[in-house]
Amino acid sequence: MTTETTSLDQLSDEFQAFTGKPRSPMSDAIREFRRNKVAVGSMIFVGIVFIVAIFAPVFAPYHFALQNTSFARAKILEPYIITTDRYEECHWKGTPLDFGCTVFIAGSDALGRDLWSRVVYGTRVSLAVALVASSVSLLIGLAYGTLSGYFGGRVDEIMMRIVDFLYAVPVLVLIILMQVYFKALTRQGAEGFAGLLIRWNQAMGGMLFLFIAMGALNWIGMARLARGQVLSQKKKEYIEAAKSIGSSDTRIIFKHLIPNIIGPLVVIETLAIPGYIFTEAALSFIGLGVDPPTPSWGAMISESTQGIRSNPHLVLIPGAALTLLTLAFNFMGDGLRDAIDPRSHNR
Amino acid sequence: MTKYIIRRFLYSIPVLFAITLFTFVVVQALPGGPFSTVGEKSMPEHMRVIMERRYGLDKPIYEQFWLYLKRLAQGDLGPMFKLRSQTVNDVVAQTWPVSIQLGVLSIILGFAIGLPAGIIAALKRNSIFDYLATFGAVLGASIPNMVLAPILILVFGVWLKWLPIAFWGADPPFILGFLPKPDLNFWSHAVMPTVALGTAISAGIARLTRASLLEVLSEDYIRTARAKGLRERVVIIRHALKNAMIPVATIVGPLLAGLLTGTFIVEQIFALNGMGRRFISSVSEREYFLLTSLTLIYAVMLVFGNLLVDITYAWLDPRIRYD
Repeated sequence: MTTETTSLDQLSDEFQAFTGKPRSPMSDAIREFRRNKVAVGSMIFVGIVFIVAIFAPVFAPYHFALQNTSFARAKILEPYIITTDRYEECHWKGTPLDFGCTVFIAGSDALGRDLWSRVVYGTRVSLAVALVASSVSLLIGLAYGTLSGYFGGRVDEIMMRIVDFLYAVPVLVLIILMQVYFKALTRQGAEGFAGLLIRWNQAMGGMLFLFIAMGALNWIGMARLARGQVLSQKKKEYIEAAKSIGSSDTRIIFKHLIPNIIGPLVVIETLAIPGYIFTEAALSFIGLGVDPPTPSWGAMISESTQGIRSNPHLVLIPGAALTLLTLAFNFMGDGLRDAIDPRSHNR
Repeated sequence: MTKYIIRRFLYSIPVLFAITLFTFVVVQALPGGPFSTVGEKSMPEHMRVIMERRYGLDKPIYEQFWLYLKRLAQGDLGPMFKLRSQTVNDVVAQTWPVSIQLGVLSIILGFAIGLPAGIIAALKRNSIFDYLATFGAVLGASIPNMVLAPILILVFGVWLKWLPIAFWGADPPFILGFLPKPDLNFWSHAVMPTVALGTAISAGIARLTRASLLEVLSEDYIRTARAKGLRERVVIIRHALKNAMIPVATIVGPLLAGLLTGTFIVEQIFALNGMGRRFISSVSEREYFLLTSLTLIYAVMLVFGNLLVDITYAWLDPRIRYD
């Protein structure tokens, strides 16, 4: 941010103070966040990656599963910087590989598929996992923690015992077992509801089962946090006031309690996103993530680590994509946390 | 305290039991058994029946589980289906030390780099050290080990040719069953896997140490300590650091869980004969007993790791009372 905008910010601060317009904690947090250049930049980067994921066919010259068949046998191509004449000759975008166009901006993998296109489509898996896993974790955790904290007593004790119990479970091992089961089930085929799930999963390139496996246990930490927040808010005057005018429990929870605790919880969930991206990459790395040929960065790295000596770009390019995305989420999460909690400003 | 430890210890038994039961049932519910391979290597039907009867796989599942528990109580983790010359005990005895050595070295590296980096960053706040450490920590937390490991292999193994690119430098038999012979061969092989696994750990520790030390340094009792004329070194070490370590101790638990994920990947990349790699391969081979036993071992390590963290926590902060 330039000095000019900072002074503008200050001006608007003074203006607000002058007009006596109330400053909500939210607007404070937004201003605090805007001051953090790295975090803002990261947020823009994440936004761009989202756009790339949504409009992947626009950014990827080829389909992720399309193989280059212009050679007798598939061979790995080095990254290639396109020159202008070559670019025109090939029409780059939209030219099917069958027409003999072999321009690969980032090279191609061992099966003759364009690496750049696969990296672009790979954003979909990583972002979908980041989004779905964190939403599921937040939803279940919030519901569970709120119920447990709000009703207290016996209910609380039983619900928290369950959480304590699940806390001792090695989550990743369980996710692996679930994925193994789902994969075996897919291969075997099933009838009825399971069959329907399998078909949906296949339509999503194997992501549905990944979501189920990852969402099943990742809400435990969030449930504890939400419960803690509820416990600290429950005794506050505004809840008491709402109770005294006869508001129902449902109304108090949805109208008063959740709006007051959701902010920090969302921020904490943002901080967990890199972990979800790592988990997906790790699962795909060991062959238990999405189904091929759906491109996942973890699977792409895993396919190519053996041949890193001769083709480092096959590991380094998806690796760089994975690192940059987690880096951006980390910076963004840190910035959000600092903005919402001034005490953590010293990080 | 002792009462608390005993209670937690007793409480962990049903947890471990449930995990074992769940794994046992899920693994057996997988379509396709260890002997029902299809294709070229398929086994004739009558032989499969004989093999399954030999390992008791034809019995109802509750009976099999009961049998497994009975053997477990005697310290027998069960047979292997593919490598019939070995038992699960043999495999665990070979692979467990490798994973433990790798894990412990990574944690040591994590603290050896993370603690000083975090402390220096907090003490010299807003200096160049601080910025370097903070940025390095975010970067270290963001680079997955599946990216870091190939980069290390490429730079130090392929280009510079300083370090061996695969395998673990210590083989069974280990000293006392789990210690490696600390020779040059071991250390040279250990460097890259340890760095690949330890970087994220040190990044996490550095960030937390910095944040927690900064918070402690702004407390009133630090001002009091300074006001009564204590030397700065004493203030930092005696008053600030000990209190700043409390939150750091709490991440050791999640760290252990993260280490698990890490060993799966790192052992795969460096072709180490550790538990993580065996766990992955046992899944597709349908090694029922190996899979269940490894899951149980992971759960035991996690449960007791968390217990250890709680004890450390109480030792660091006497205000915490477990009763």
